[in-house]
Amino acid sequence: MTNLNRRTFIRAAGAAAALGTLGFPSLVLGASRRVVVVGGGVGGCTAAKYLRKLDSSIAVTLIESKPAYTSCFMSNEVLSGERTLQSLTFGYDGLRRYGIDVLQDTVVGIDPEKRQVQTAGGRAFDYDACVVSPGIGFKWDAIEGYDEEVANELIPHAWNAGPQTELLRSQIEAMPEGGHVIIVAPADPFKCPPGPYERASQIAHYCKHHKPKAKITILDAKDAFSKQGLYIEGWTKLYGYGTDNSMIQWVSAAGGGAVEALDPSTRTLTGLVEDFQGDVINIIPPQKAGAIAFAADLVDGDWCPVDKRTFESSRHKGIYVLGDASSAATMPKSAYAANSQAKVAAAAIVAGFQGKASDDPTFVNTCYSVVGEDFGISVAAVYRLNAETNTIESIPGSGGVSPANASPEIRKREVSYAHSWFKNVINDMME
Amino acid sequence: MENMKRDKTVHTGVCHLLLATLALALPVAVAAGPSGQAMSFTCAGCHGTDGSSVGPSMPAIAGMDPEVFVDAMQAYRQDERNASIMNRIAKGYTDEQLKEMAWFFASQRLRLFPQTYDAALAEQGARLHEEYCEKCHEKGGRPGDAGTLAGQWMPYLHYSMEDFLSGKRKWPRKMKRKVDAAIEKAGDTAIPALVNYYGSHR
Ligand SMILES: Cc1cc2nc3c(=O)[nH]c(=O)nc-3n(C[C@H](O)[C@H](O)[C@H](O)COP(=O)(O)OP(=O)(O)OC[C@H]3O[C@@H](n4cnc5c(N)ncnc54)[C@H](O)[C@@H]3O)c2cc1C
Repeated sequence: MTNLNRRTFIRAAGAAAALGTLGFPSLVLGASRRVVVVGGGVGGCTAAKYLRKLDSSIAVTLIESKPAYTSCFMSNEVLSGERTLQSLTFGYDGLRRYGIDVLQDTVVGIDPEKRQVQTAGGRAFDYDACVVSPGIGFKWDAIEGYDEEVANELIPHAWNAGPQTELLRSQIEAMPEGGHVIIVAPADPFKCPPGPYERASQIAHYCKHHKPKAKITILDAKDAFSKQGLYIEGWTKLYGYGTDNSMIQWVSAAGGGAVEALDPSTRTLTGLVEDFQGDVINIIPPQKAGAIAFAADLVDGDWCPVDKRTFESSRHKGIYVLGDASSAATMPKSAYAANSQAKVAAAAIVAGFQGKASDDPTFVNTCYSVVGEDFGISVAAVYRLNAETNTIESIPGSGGVSPANASPEIRKREVSYAHSWFKNVINDMME
Repeated sequence: MENMKRDKTVHTGVCHLLLATLALALPVAVAAGPSGQAMSFTCAGCHGTDGSSVGPSMPAIAGMDPEVFVDAMQAYRQDERNASIMNRIAKGYTDEQLKEMAWFFASQRLRLFPQTYDAALAEQGARLHEEYCEKCHEKGGRPGDAGTLAGQWMPYLHYSMEDFLSGKRKWPRKMKRKVDAAIEKAGDTAIPALVNYYGSHR
């Protein structure tokens, strides 16, 4: 094909697609539709913004417990001292500029019959569609001796970014020269599968410069983990992994890494084979959907089943569950995944209001991890719907992790891509 | 260059005709699969909403020439560009889907964000650009069929030039000769000067 013919072809094909997705605002069909969004995290913010972007006649109310959002993504860099928690905290004025009503309150109930959301503040909001993206909750009964109070005061999980992230950072700074940090990693599925290993890396990055005799042990409930080969390559290069002097130790479940109990007063963990004592302990407990998902009867087991075409709850019509709380395998519980799912749900809600069938969904996930100085790695996937099995499958031949033994220049670029990704995903959520 | 430009204007009319025909045939044309818009939305996590990136290592792709977009994605898909991640992502799309995404981004308004640049280098870059680059990267490198340089993020431009110069990315026709000539004239400052010049655009 000549250049020119090809150009004509591209334009024509594109125009057809563009026309196919542009619809009339639902307003022309009747009164303004109302969407109530529960949770102003990645999924909730993105859904709210894209609903308004796709159809500005929809009245969108977003209800969030906190006055501002503090992202978990990049919060491991707070532990190494590379950034502050403040640099991860963003207000909701950006969303207000899209005409979204952002309210600070906590949703305590959703009535799917009356199509109404109730808040702790005693308010009720009627909806035509409800989006629920509350993130995770913790299974406090999993490790004996570990509960919410212990987590807040002594042994932080720091798996929701906030005061516990700063507590953990200050404990690491205060520990002795040759201190021992223990990270307890949960079984799948949990929020951010590569997260515990990035955390170990970031703590090692700090110790390498400030407490070179310190040790970090990961006690794992699993025998394998996300991007394992790449982490080990990075740890070997940066932190002496595999030598007697390795700063990082990983103990698999089979190797005795599964933990049953904690004695907070002596900072001792009871494993199946032996006990472990640390100067700083970070327990990442097993997880389940956020509390509102249970209160609103959206769960089956620990997570919320959804129709993968639209992310509408399989349990209650008119409610769409996104992000970490949803059961969306094979997508991981990540910010990129929640952002991608939110756009699918927003388009499905708009199509529904216009009386149209929704298009086939399309999803992407990209997750960067910063292992240390000039050493970034990533995992990516492009997904499609398998309508027959109601599953999300990765498109064959696409995706995967960064190549093993990539050039130093590519590893370095992936660090800068991680930081640029952070800016863009925040922008796409709430600016 | 000259010829192509004339052809384009002549054929705009034909394009519109084709569009009208296609619009009529629409129900058949959009039978299955995700829409171009939906696929393009998935890029925003890294390239910013509608392709106006706010992260300096990720290029802005809003307003991008559709042909340049398809060429780039096909090159990534075939592992012909020094990618870290785009090769893995490009493999998830068919040619048809790439075209639909190309159209989506071509029709988005490019939002540029101010960058810190070295004014002296930018001035030198302006002269180098005029002499060696303007012929293909018209109007100071504004979005066109030779990509988007004006206002593009500087770290991304540096990566691109590193890849060309180290032989990890295929030179477009004539570009190597021009870049070599610019380097011969200005030495090691040639690339930083050009990058600072493009970064100085608002
Ligand atoms: C250490 C760490 C590192 C990570 N790094 C990455 C990364 O590099 N890349 C990546 O893609 N992902 C990363 N993640 C994962 C990412 O943070 C989550 O997957 C993402 O935030 C999920 O979005 P969400 O909308 O489901 O939940 P969240 O973003 O957690 O948002 C939930 C929101 O809902 C609010 N809420 C909950 N219940 C109610 C209620 N009843 N009423 C009102 N408001 C309520 C909460 O206050 C919260 O603001 C990381 C996670 C951790 C812990």
